[in-house]
Order: sequence, then structure tokens, then C-alpha cells
Amino acid sequence: MSVLELHDLCVTYRTEGGKVPAVRGVNLTIEEGDTVGLAGESGCGKSTIAAAVLRLLPKGTRVTGKVLLNGEDVYSMKPGRLRAVRWTGAAIVFQGALHSLNPVRRVGLQIEEALRLHQTVPVGKMAARVDDLLERVGLPGAHASRYPHQMSGGQRQRVLIALALACDPQLLIADEPTTALDVMVQAQVLALLEELQRERGLSLLFITHDLSVLTHTCRRLAVMYAGRIVEEGLSAEVFARPEHPYTRALAAAFPTIGDTASRMNPQGLPGDPPDPSALPTGCPFHPRCDRAVDECATADVTLRPVADGAAAGWRAACVHVGVDRG
Amino acid sequence: MSAAVAWARRRASAADAWRRLRRDRLAMTALIVLVAFVVMALIAPLVSDRADFDAINTGGNPTNSSPSGQFVLGTDGLGRSMALQVMWGARISLLVGFSATVLMIVLGVVVGLAAGFFGGWIDAVLMRITDWFMVIPFLPLAIVLASVLERGVGTIVLVIGITSWPSTARLIRSQVLSIRERLYVDRARALGAGKGHIIGRHILPNVTPLILANTTLAVPIAILTETTLSFLGLGDPTQVSWGGLLERAGTTAVKAGYWWEYLPPGVGIVLVVLAFTIIGRAVEEVLDPRLRAR
Amino acid sequence: MADPVLRAQHVQVRFDAGRVRAVDTVSLEVGRGEVVALVGESGCGKTTLIRSVVGLEPLAAGSVEVEGRPIGSSGKGRALRAVRRRVQMIFQDPTGALNPRHSIYEAVAEGLRIHKVKGDEAALVSDALAAAGLRPPERYLRRFPHELSGGQKQRVLIAAAMALQPALLLADEPVASLDASIRGEILALMRSYVERDGVSIVAVTHDLGLAWNIADRVAVMYLGRIVEVGPAEAVLRSPQHPYTRALLSVVPETGHLEQQILTGETPDPSKVPSGCRFHPRCPVVASGEAARLGIEDRCRGVDLELEVVAEGHEVACHAVSVRST
Repeated sequence: MSVLELHDLCVTYRTEGGKVPAVRGVNLTIEEGDTVGLAGESGCGKSTIAAAVLRLLPKGTRVTGKVLLNGEDVYSMKPGRLRAVRWTGAAIVFQGALHSLNPVRRVGLQIEEALRLHQTVPVGKMAARVDDLLERVGLPGAHASRYPHQMSGGQRQRVLIALALACDPQLLIADEPTTALDVMVQAQVLALLEELQRERGLSLLFITHDLSVLTHTCRRLAVMYAGRIVEEGLSAEVFARPEHPYTRALAAAFPTIGDTASRMNPQGLPGDPPDPSALPTGCPFHPRCDRAVDECATADVTLRPVADGAAAGWRAACVHVGVDRG
Repeated sequence: MSAAVAWARRRASAADAWRRLRRDRLAMTALIVLVAFVVMALIAPLVSDRADFDAINTGGNPTNSSPSGQFVLGTDGLGRSMALQVMWGARISLLVGFSATVLMIVLGVVVGLAAGFFGGWIDAVLMRITDWFMVIPFLPLAIVLASVLERGVGTIVLVIGITSWPSTARLIRSQVLSIRERLYVDRARALGAGKGHIIGRHILPNVTPLILANTTLAVPIAILTETTLSFLGLGDPTQVSWGGLLERAGTTAVKAGYWWEYLPPGVGIVLVVLAFTIIGRAVEEVLDPRLRAR
Repeated sequence: MADPVLRAQHVQVRFDAGRVRAVDTVSLEVGRGEVVALVGESGCGKTTLIRSVVGLEPLAAGSVEVEGRPIGSSGKGRALRAVRRRVQMIFQDPTGALNPRHSIYEAVAEGLRIHKVKGDEAALVSDALAAAGLRPPERYLRRFPHELSGGQKQRVLIAAAMALQPALLLADEPVASLDASIRGEILALMRSYVERDGVSIVAVTHDLGLAWNIADRVAVMYLGRIVEVGPAEAVLRSPQHPYTRALLSVVPETGHLEQQILTGETPDPSKVPSGCRFHPRCPVVASGEAARLGIEDRCRGVDLELEVVAEGHEVACHAVSVRST
């Protein structure tokens, strides 16, 4: 069974300035044990999806479509069931490890708190379980008695991962878990996530703006732009031969070192990511697209199968997809 | 040449700020109220004689009479016109309120700014002095000062100013400490800016909201403190102030239900304070681009 | 190097009453029109080094010269201001680097006013904004930072810096806080100033891709020292120092190196190890290769300086020195 299914998910924030459609019809499925990467820039709706899965959106936000966690509709759950599902069904690791931890409580106690709330471990075995969790994320058990400020950024991020794993969730949602970290620590945390995923058959939804990080960590990949998925497929294929011009730009943003084409030739896109409250007509990407044709300004294209990858579910939302390349 | 250009630009931006302020109905109402009170205080000597309500001089006026055609706001226990007393009271209350606030803000901002910006030994010395003033009990100091110095409005202003600036200084200092570490201050230094430029262009404008908020809070405190001091006989007994009127009414008029003796000065204090708060907020909104309505 | 724009010699910057050597004896020269990427993990002193060049951190020892004239805390008055104008800096967080109360016009004009630049201020500001890709400039002049996107704010900062026509632009992680698609445009913009105005750039970054994108030379810092420096092609294609190799191996897109994740945390400049300061995390030491080469004692006990391994390519590593002799 699929761990997570999103059916035509739409999320509209209500702000002083009016309604802001952050997610506009997203379909996404994560099979058990699978790893899916969600890539995109600020304002594309990727973090909104993470929050929508566990109903963590601000009051007044309008959500339509379906979110199924293990086949169960998250938005028709009773409050008690929802609390149980948060953390045991799916857990989130946020970015910014400093702000997600209570600064005046020892980290061991904070992990115990999660265990206690969900009553998954008998009280007598609590300390042993905390030790076990910390060791699993590569921290000595003695760190349980430390306060967050006594740890480095990488260590705190590990604590957050331990916290997320506390109740054995089936799905781990990692929202930019490595953004604030140094390259080497980022590599350590990524390696840890990969290892945990392999060992425990965890399903992983990995959200980031850095496409290259996803290709190593995730089997499948979905690229979002302006609240929609514009390309999805197997990471290796999509990254190597992106179909959508936006995916191509994202893939080229971080150059391959040693690749002569990008030497002294940084690749970027003109303009800024679109404001979700004032999206362009037609394909929302067309004002920044170097392959835009007249049609793009009026016709909004939905995902189409990519000819040579259709079997693996490779799809992209661009008028040029499925047309013979000249 | 560039100085003239800079002046023209400053004048233009001031005119711009005034234009935006004028669009704020509430703020303009508050400003009108405040101006009305100030005008009232200023013309008091023109419409009446101070001697009219000396306790010995009231003649045959009715005592504690409710508002009537002759006495718009009635009379007090000695038969003196309440309307005239409220007008004259406004003079003292506004004068003390404004001057004491100015004294407190200037002292507090200068000390807080210097301590926060320069740090080091300057900070240490200034903060010890601030602490020292902070722990001095207010009343004994007020009594000592009032007995050493000449009795009068000036002394009251001095007493209030001297005892209330330390909290402002501490507040400003902590804000300056935080702003001093902002990246845009680093950028200004990297651009080659001197200390004066950084204080004037970056630090001061960003502590302005705090100064404004402090000012709006300080005015009522100063007005009310003047009441306390008058009550203790440390003020000038020959002067009438709103606080003094309230104080007097508090003993008898409230019990007797002579509302015209305590309501007018009370309403006066509330209106002035409210007007100040509203104007302070509006000015802050005009000055801070982030708060500006589009 | 003949007539370098920047000449930093034996620079030391200390914190905490001298106990922490954030920058520990670094020398670096930057030629005219040259782009140098200064890379390393946080805490390696790379940002502190450029902050000391622009005078934001006092030098504990050493000297910094820009176009042959001393800068930093050593000079005073008008002469210092004149030198200051020749060095400008842009920051990682463009939102924090702009005073929220100043309009875009004021932000760009600030430097012109400080240095009393002659000419029509309004025209200079407009030209600077247009050159930084904010066109038409009139659309931006009266706006405030919170009304712009991150990429636009970074362009404003670049415009403000370049309006003073500096010889040297210091860039602290110029694209780290920007969206991926914006990154390339900002880097291309920086490179365009090099081609057009001949400005030199020192870009501090942890992102080796940035170095590959725009840098002529790369200097790798570890715990307050430069451990490898050389032409970008050489350092990035055939890194010599084990630390550089490890850094390169964890860039997700470098396929040709076996991933070498260093254990342990980012090093702490208040506790500098003896000998080669990298030895506690060094894979050459850990794998026993240092012992085989017979240099393990030296790695643990003998501090070392940069040594030339090829034309313009210098490395501070005992293993490299032994292998090359």
C-alpha cells in the first residue's frame, strides 16, 4: 500500500492581501520504503505540502483534494486520531534545528516527551530507548543530558532526526534538513538519512531547493513550480536529461565541477520565482522560459508522459514534451 | 552644492511624511485635540485673571453648584469656577508633562545611545550611574530636591526628569546594542562611514519607534507624578493643575457626586494621553516603510 | 605578483582577548581583474579574513595593502577613507544588509555621500542600478527593501558597492541565501563587472561550484590557515590537500571522487591541534597511509607552511611534500 497519497491537493492561504493559492492541484504517491524528492524554490509550495500532510497549516487555510496516509484520509480524522498519526504515522524534520528544540530542556527529556505523549515505550525503558535513538543518529548516549546550545548545528539536526524517529513513523518528511549546515555536516546528515532509510525501510519525502542533493538521496523526484508539479520521474533520469526547461535550469544551477561547459559560465534564470498571489497567465513559467512560444502565454499545460520514460512514470508539463525535437 | 541638494531632499521627504500623516484621520483628530488643549492653556490668562480663584477672593459665588449658564462647568467647594480652573490647570499639567518628558527622553536617549554604541568603559561608567539613579527611592529624592531648591514648576520638572530617565536609558541601550550588530551597520562601516553617520543614519532612526513609544508613555506619568508631588505639598501650592484638581476632588467631591469637579480634569488627562499615543503610533507608521499601507 | 590589488601579509585576527586565532597568519595576493574564491567550512576564518580587509575586524598582526596603500585599523583620516573607497563588500544576507528604513535610492547613494563622490548623484545611482540589472532604475528608486525579492536586494547591494568604482569587491557567500535559479544570474553579474570594469573579487564561499563558475584561483582555508591555493582548474580538478579532496568529494555532483565524509564536527578555532591542524580528521593519517610514508609523527607534531607543488599551486601537507620529493 502507498504510505502517502496526495490527490489533487490544493492549498489556499488567506492573508490580509487576499487569497494566495500556494499549492494548485498536486498528485503524488509514495510507496512503502520509497524515497521521493520534492524540489523547488521559495514560494513554490513545497513546504506547504509538508505542513498539509500533517494538517499543520494555519487556521483559515483552505485545503481541497485528498491526503491519504496509509489509506486514511488525514482531513477527516478526529483530533485524537490526528495526534496519534502525527509522529507515529509521519514525522517531520524541519530546517533550522535551533528553533525546533526547546532551549531550556535537556535534549534527552525532549525525546522522552515525544515517547511519553505517544505511550509507545514503558516508562522503565524510556532512558534506554533515548540512548538507543541517539546512538542510531550517530550521537553518544551521554548527549541526552546536554542542552541544545551545547551542541553544534549538525548535532542538533541529528537530535531532530532522533526525535522524528522516536515513534517509529512509516514516513519521514525532511523539509530542507541540511540547508543551514556546512557542506561536510550536510554530507554527514545525508549519509545518515540514507542509512536509516535503508536499514528500517523508512519512506522518505525529502524537500529541498538543491536538486543535486535529491539525486543522491531519492529514487524518485518531483519538481515544483508555482504550486504545481512540473516534472516527475526517476531522479537519475530526470537529472541527467531534464525535459522541463525549469528542471533544466535547476539542474544547471549547481554546476558539475570539471564540466567545461559551466566553467566561467554560471547558468541562471532571468527574473524571480513568481508571486503566488499574482501568477502569470498560461504556463506560469513562460516569462522566464527561454523556449517559450506564443502558445505558452495562454495555454496552461498539464503533466504529459515523456516518450522514452513513460514506463517509469516520467512526466513533464511543457508544450514541447511529447513533440518531436527539431 | 551637495549640501543644498541634501537639504532639498530632506525637505521633500518631510513634506512627503506630512502628506501621509494628513491622510490618517484618527491621527489628525488627535492632533486637533492636542492643539485645542494647548491653545486653551495659552489663552487662559487672556480670558480670566489668576486672582479670580484665590481661595480668599471668591465672593458670593455658589459653592459646589452644578454646571449652569454662569458657570459652564459648575463651581467647587469654595465657589470657584471649575471651567477656569481646568483651563489654568492645563497650563501646569501640559507644561510639566511636556518639559519633564523632554528632559527624561533627552537624558535617557543620550546616555543609552552613548553607552550602547561606544560600549567598553563608557558603557560601564554610564550604566553604573544609571543604576545609581535607578535605585534612589523616588520620594525621598523628590522631597530633598524640593526642599533644597526653590518651590515651583521648574523643580517639579527637574525632579520628575531626574528620577525617570534611567529606565529610558536602559531601554535605549539594549536596543542600540541589538541594532549595532545588524548587518546594515556593518555594511555602512564597510562603505567607509564614520561613527556620526552610523548613529545618525542607522542607529537613531531605528530606535525612533522606541523613543516615540517611551514619549507617549512618559507624558501621562509626568502629569500624574506632578499630582503626587502637589499632593505631598512639594509642588507650588499657589498653582492649579489637573492633578491638583483631581486630588482635591478625590477627598470630598467624589463621595458627594459632584462629577463636574473631577470629570473635566480627568477627561483632560485621558484625552491628552490618548492623543499622544495615537500621534506617536501614526508618526511611527509614517516613518517606518514596512508599516506603510500600500 | 606584480602590482597586486590586494596584498595581505601574515594577517592574524584574534577574538576573545587574543585566545582564539580566527585567522592565523594568512598571506594572500589578488591581481587586477582576478577572481579568487576563498573556500572552507564555517569557522575556518574565511569571512573573518575578508572582514579584516575591509576594516570590520582589527588586525592582531600582519598587514593589508590595497593598491599598495595600507588599510584596516592602521591608517586614519582622509587617506584611509580614500583607500576604503577602493574596497567594497557585499554580504550573504541581502535582507539584513539593507536598512529597512532606507529607500533603494538612499541605500545606493549612501556610499556616494560618504565619499563625497562628485557628479550628479541621481544619475550615478540610476546608472549603478541599471548596470546591476535593475532596469529601468526609476522603478526601483523609491521602493523599500521589503518590497524586493532576495535576488533584487543582492543586486541593489552590488550596485551600491560598484557605484564607488572599487578596485576590489569582497563577496561573503554572495548567493548562499538566494534561490537556486537566481544564483547563476548573480554570479554572471559579478563576473560581468570583472570583464567590463576590471574589478578584482574575493568571494568567500563553502560552495565549490561557485568557484568553478567564476573563480580564476581558489584558496582553501582550514582553521584559520590557507592549506591549498592555486589556479581554479588545478585545485578543483586535481586537488592535492586531503582536506580539499574531502570537500570536493562531498559535492553531490562530483562523480569522479569517492565520497570521503570527514567525521567529527566543524573545527573549533579556540582549540587548534598541534602539528598539521588537519591531522585529527585527516583521512591520510586515519587510513595509516601517513604511517606507511613515515610521516605520521610530523603530521601530529610539526606545523607547516604552504609549499609550491606546481606553477602557482601551493599546498601545506606533509604527505604531499614527501610524495613530491
